[in-house]
Amino acid sequence: MKTVLRNVAPYGEQAVDVVLDGDRIAALVPVGTGVGDLVHQFSGEVLLPGLVDLHTHLREPGREDAETILTGTRAAALGGYTAVHAMANTDPVADTAGVVEQVLRLGHAAGYVDVRPVGAVTVGLKGERLAELGAMADSAAQVRVFSDDGKCVSDPLLMRRALEYVKAFDGVVAQHAQEPRLTEGAQMNEGVVSARLGLAGWPAVAEEAIIARDVLLAEHVGSRLHLCHLSTEGSVDIIRWAKSRGINVTAEVTPHHLLLTDELAATYDPVYKVNPPLRTAADVEAVRAGLADGTIDIVATDHAPHPTEDKDCEWAAAAMGMLGLETALSVVIETMIDSGRLTWRQVAERMSTNPARIGRVTDHGNPLAAGEYANLCVVDPGAAWLVDPAALASRSRNTPYAARTMRGRVVATFLRGTATVLNGALAL
Amino acid sequence: MQHLLSTADLTRDDALLILDTAAELAQISDRPMKKLPTLRGRTVVNLFYEDSTRTRISFEAAAKRLSADVINFSAKGSSVSKGESLKDTALTLQAMGADAVVIRHAASGAPHRLAHSGWIESTVINAGDGTHEHPTQALLDAYTLRKHLRDGDGDLAGARITIVGDVLHSRVARSNVLLLNTLGAHVTLCAPPTLLPVGVEEWPCAVSYALDQAIADADAVMMLRVQLERMNASFFPSAHEYSRRYGLDAQRMSTLPTHTIVMHPGPMNRGMEIAADVADSKRSVIVEQVSNGVSVRMAVMYLLLGGAESGIGGN
Amino acid sequence: MSDTADLRAVLEPADVARALSRIAHEIDERTKGADDIVLLGIPTRGVALAQRVAQRLAEIQAHAIPVGSLDITMYRDDLRLKKARALLPTEIPAGGIDDKTVILVDDVLFSGRTVRAALDALGDIGRPRMVQLAVLVDRGHRELPIRADYVGKNLPTSLRESVRVQLIEHDGEDGVYVGTAGA
Ligand SMILES: [Zn+2]
Repeated sequence: MKTVLRNVAPYGEQAVDVVLDGDRIAALVPVGTGVGDLVHQFSGEVLLPGLVDLHTHLREPGREDAETILTGTRAAALGGYTAVHAMANTDPVADTAGVVEQVLRLGHAAGYVDVRPVGAVTVGLKGERLAELGAMADSAAQVRVFSDDGKCVSDPLLMRRALEYVKAFDGVVAQHAQEPRLTEGAQMNEGVVSARLGLAGWPAVAEEAIIARDVLLAEHVGSRLHLCHLSTEGSVDIIRWAKSRGINVTAEVTPHHLLLTDELAATYDPVYKVNPPLRTAADVEAVRAGLADGTIDIVATDHAPHPTEDKDCEWAAAAMGMLGLETALSVVIETMIDSGRLTWRQVAERMSTNPARIGRVTDHGNPLAAGEYANLCVVDPGAAWLVDPAALASRSRNTPYAARTMRGRVVATFLRGTATVLNGALAL
Repeated sequence: MQHLLSTADLTRDDALLILDTAAELAQISDRPMKKLPTLRGRTVVNLFYEDSTRTRISFEAAAKRLSADVINFSAKGSSVSKGESLKDTALTLQAMGADAVVIRHAASGAPHRLAHSGWIESTVINAGDGTHEHPTQALLDAYTLRKHLRDGDGDLAGARITIVGDVLHSRVARSNVLLLNTLGAHVTLCAPPTLLPVGVEEWPCAVSYALDQAIADADAVMMLRVQLERMNASFFPSAHEYSRRYGLDAQRMSTLPTHTIVMHPGPMNRGMEIAADVADSKRSVIVEQVSNGVSVRMAVMYLLLGGAESGIGGN
Repeated sequence: MSDTADLRAVLEPADVARALSRIAHEIDERTKGADDIVLLGIPTRGVALAQRVAQRLAEIQAHAIPVGSLDITMYRDDLRLKKARALLPTEIPAGGIDDKTVILVDDVLFSGRTVRAALDALGDIGRPRMVQLAVLVDRGHRELPIRADYVGKNLPTSLRESVRVQLIEHDGEDGVYVGTAGA
């Protein structure tokens, strides 16, 4: 069966008709000339390869009250994603072949995006001994990304071993960089605002110290290292330095660290409580610059659903994390496209091509060209929308953008040729 | 201003209104009839998630002297880690028709949450939240300073106040720095660097690590409680070293100008931050701070609850 | 009421002085022999009036008359109808009021609610032997069973009118004016 996406603009450039044949792109032809059994009419919106998230908390198994693989992948599809990496900090922890295969299966069953399970680095995320990384890599889930995210692999020896061990199957360790002793009881970025609010500080150095250590370890053992959610100016500087030395390191930034600052903590509303915490305006500028110049390779959501009762409380008692899948692209448009710091082609690299490459996801993040898998998203970059937490597909409501008007709406998403989103709504 | 959450919210006029009102109300405690009918029929709830008998009693006395109905709701031991309790308690208090909630909580910002989350319509008075603020303590300190400094003319402009001790964890220090600055005083914080917050350089005050210099020309020295547990977290090496470098003993006190007063928000660690003979000396106004607390809290409750709308702010 | 041009003067400065002297003499007569008089002015203008009456009475009786002020804000029955107000000074003379003849002094007697509040306030401070009331102007329209013992001037007014008392201590000159409310 042939499907035509009529009048879409690959990377926001020259509009074309995209003809799909089954699960692949058959041809890109002049507007109005594509012929197929089914025609989706667009009006010159931006066509991107389907987005790939390297950092998603889907919460299943264990916290289905916060999110399920079904609700989380629906949110992903609505955000323009065709593949997400499901973080390992579930209950049970994804530290065995059994759990990662279960997550894979549930992702297949839901059918909205490809769910790529992330395997835990250490058993139970306890930071004591390595999980069976090879078994997870060899499983049906073919795990390539390993992370104790939520916790830092703080033991330097364990980190070294993990970096070395995953080389055997081309894996990568994704580090949540947080020196635990420096962040005991930490509630928000340590600085002027935390001093004023009387909230225990999470100093930038606690992130930077781990990043500095880990890039040196990666260099020493010649391994691939990925750093989750860079949030500080110092972290960007260290990564820039590491890359200049040829160290095989990649880094991500979240949408919220691109947009929001620690001043929001002054509301004491835990919807702004996240780990790593929101930082200063100088840090925000540094991560934007890092993303623009390629020091930071990708945008990853760190989509972290929490049920209402875990946020409707005192700041110190609240869970850390915020939703991200359905708003990520809008944040990137606001912070990077509107300011002219990134072109759509560069956005495609940072939200699709690069994360797919880091995660070794071969079916995604490929060029918009004939013969490639039809994993696609269509974005109306000008469309304004009001973020209504109740209207989100996620099971949770903890978006920091409630009542904010954002620009850029995902109009359609295709997973291997099948529409998962059409007219801005779920199509499955 | 419906709530009293932070001294940062008080203008100079607001603060002076509270302090002047407190001065009038202080007379009540000298009368045989220590009660005013002002808040008759109003319900004040003391919601204390932390043990603080002295603060609770002070608020209770203040509310009762204004004829309010007082409900003491000791929530200590309730699960704070699972924070629904604050919301659920708030909903209960709302249903009970509480006109004001006086809240003491270990979590910074809990009063702010209570006031601004839509759980409750009551006036919220912060009776100390975590390591954030304790505005009525700062007000009673300012009240005490007004009585003692500059022959009691009530003007704190240019007064030199040195606050010594665990500033990092002190809600009293935060509230005092903000309020005293609003009132025109010069505040110096003195502590070991480990007990000063990162970002303190943005506060409207001077910072010193050397106690003898910091108190040399002070009009008042306020000693903060230092908890011994801090020693285990390596904020300082030993109680002995702390008290030698940052404690106020008789020898140090003797170097103070003759008019200088010594304050402490209590409860004191005698022998740690303050020597017993200093606490009991003529310079010490520590006991008076306690009695001034009732007048100041009466003033706050009267101004927030006495009228159709708050008498603080909005002028 | 800020524009005095709309106001009609009913007491000139000399009338105010005469009225206060008369009140002082009446107090002297009616409390004959009493050496236990305490004058308490109700802020704001009642305080200045009490001080002036006390001064005249002191001249008549040739000894100092204790004078003070009694703020009634916390006892007002309309407290909840308005924004919370700043308190005014209460100063009870050193000898207190127990077993004394207390004379409350105010500028205008109107509904009587202020006096009711003053009586409540007084009761919380002590137990006078007797309480009397002196006012510069009685404009009528009582809402409570209260009357003045000493009146400078009875001034029949309509409810639509307003009465304004000016005193040197507060306003730079003495005088009582009547105007139409809302003018
Ligand atoms: Zn993380």
